[in-house]
Amino acid sequence: MIKNNKYLILRRVIQLTILFLFVGGSHFGWNILMGNYSSALVLDSFVLSDPYAVLQMLFTGYIPVIDVIIGAVIVLLFYAILGGRIFCSWVCPLNIITDFASFTRKKLNIKPLIKTNKSSRKVRYYVMGLGLVLSTIFGIAAFEIINPISMLYRGVIFAFGFGLGAVIIIFLFDLLILDYGWCGNVCPVGAFYSITGKLRILKVHHEKDNCTLCMKCKVVCPEIHVLEIIGKSTGKIKSSECTDCARCIDVCDDNALKFKFLK
Amino acid sequence: MSEEEKNTTSRRDAIRTMFQGAGYVALGGLMWGGYLEESKGAELALRPPGAISEDKFIKACIKCGVCVEVCPYDTLKLATPAEDLVVGTPYFKPRDIPCYMCTDIPCVPVCPTGALDIKSLSIIKEEKSILDINKSKMGLAVVNKETCIAFWGVQCDACYRACPLMDEAISIEYEKNERTGKHAFLKPVVHADVCTGCGLCEHACVTDVPAIKTLPIAIAMGEVGAHYIKGWDKDDEQRLNNSEDVEDNGDSESAIDYLNDADDLFND
Repeated sequence: MIKNNKYLILRRVIQLTILFLFVGGSHFGWNILMGNYSSALVLDSFVLSDPYAVLQMLFTGYIPVIDVIIGAVIVLLFYAILGGRIFCSWVCPLNIITDFASFTRKKLNIKPLIKTNKSSRKVRYYVMGLGLVLSTIFGIAAFEIINPISMLYRGVIFAFGFGLGAVIIIFLFDLLILDYGWCGNVCPVGAFYSITGKLRILKVHHEKDNCTLCMKCKVVCPEIHVLEIIGKSTGKIKSSECTDCARCIDVCDDNALKFKFLK
Repeated sequence: MSEEEKNTTSRRDAIRTMFQGAGYVALGGLMWGGYLEESKGAELALRPPGAISEDKFIKACIKCGVCVEVCPYDTLKLATPAEDLVVGTPYFKPRDIPCYMCTDIPCVPVCPTGALDIKSLSIIKEEKSILDINKSKMGLAVVNKETCIAFWGVQCDACYRACPLMDEAISIEYEKNERTGKHAFLKPVVHADVCTGCGLCEHACVTDVPAIKTLPIAIAMGEVGAHYIKGWDKDDEQRLNNSEDVEDNGDSESAIDYLNDADDLFND
């Protein structure tokens, strides 16, 4: 049980620890992480910022002070070098909700209204671009206004309870309307990290010779198209739409999938 | 199907797909943009000390909420979707909790983007830059003389005494009460050049709904415009000398007569 959920448990621990540190910063005066996922003050000494949020800010025409730019560059380089969308599966709190939606959908065998396909998965890149264009036109960071991720964490960190509505919408959207709807099709933050994570060093490696073609990995994968090499060739998962969530590694009983750094 | 037909269908398909895509983007963009315009809010918020002008502030604020977290009095709040404000931006309601004017201004240095501008609150003293909360311009207190009981002749100086810049931002004006013949009105007067907009007066006001309200400066102050000049003020008079010549159309008759010429009014 634990063996087959090793990475899942690790991811949840990391996600919830970060969220907990933010809550502590807001309610108990801890200074480890203050603020939220848009921008955080770490140990009272330096800033880490969401690069897509800062990019929208720049597109509105506002030139911020250097702190937030440095913070965004640090975060951008971290994810670009290490693992692109590891933000999505190891840090983003909304991932817990959308994972739960796909878990529920599979358990209850719910057929979504629209089936995720190759072109629907492209929508997120348009949302990302549109977010920047609209930021310029309307003079306000466009995605940050409707961002359900921030509604979730503001709800938890600052105890609104109001972000709950947005979270339920995303949950039901993923459950009933479009499978893997938010993270796999719409979210521009994931799209941003997909683009910037092309050269990442942490990738899932597939060993064809060990593979028994049980296809358990394809059942659990939220970005199923990235697993095209399963059973066909030995090598790494190339697509940067892979979130490195490692669910495939967890469920593989044949030692055919594992994480590999660099080569 | 011949080779040529195949090409035209695929070209047609490509063009159709392109237009379809453009349609989706336009649909999404217009809906999203409409919501953005709506969500900018009513600009009635009081922002933390040192906040840059509202139109810039909503661009600059990254909505991290660190200023809210470090506020020792829980004055600052982050706007929820229920407020008529850009969601996630900091604001305060002085009637609930005013700004207590911390001398170390914890909320400002932590701002990562410069939406709260520390320079606007700094003064140079003995060649060292120090913080001065009294330079802040969060808003401006406005007294309503109908609901302020001091204007009725009742002695109340709650706002005057609550003001951290007593006698500078709010002073008391004495005036004889002709109704009784032997009492005085002690009327609070706000001085816009000093008032910081902290809202301590609004918080202290004794009426059910405060008769002294702290409003954003842009709303409370008004603006004269360029064409009125204080002729008795040398500096202001200079504007007249600096102004460019306005082309005279030479028709002084109509300028003089336009009020007498009422024909247009009755034509409709």
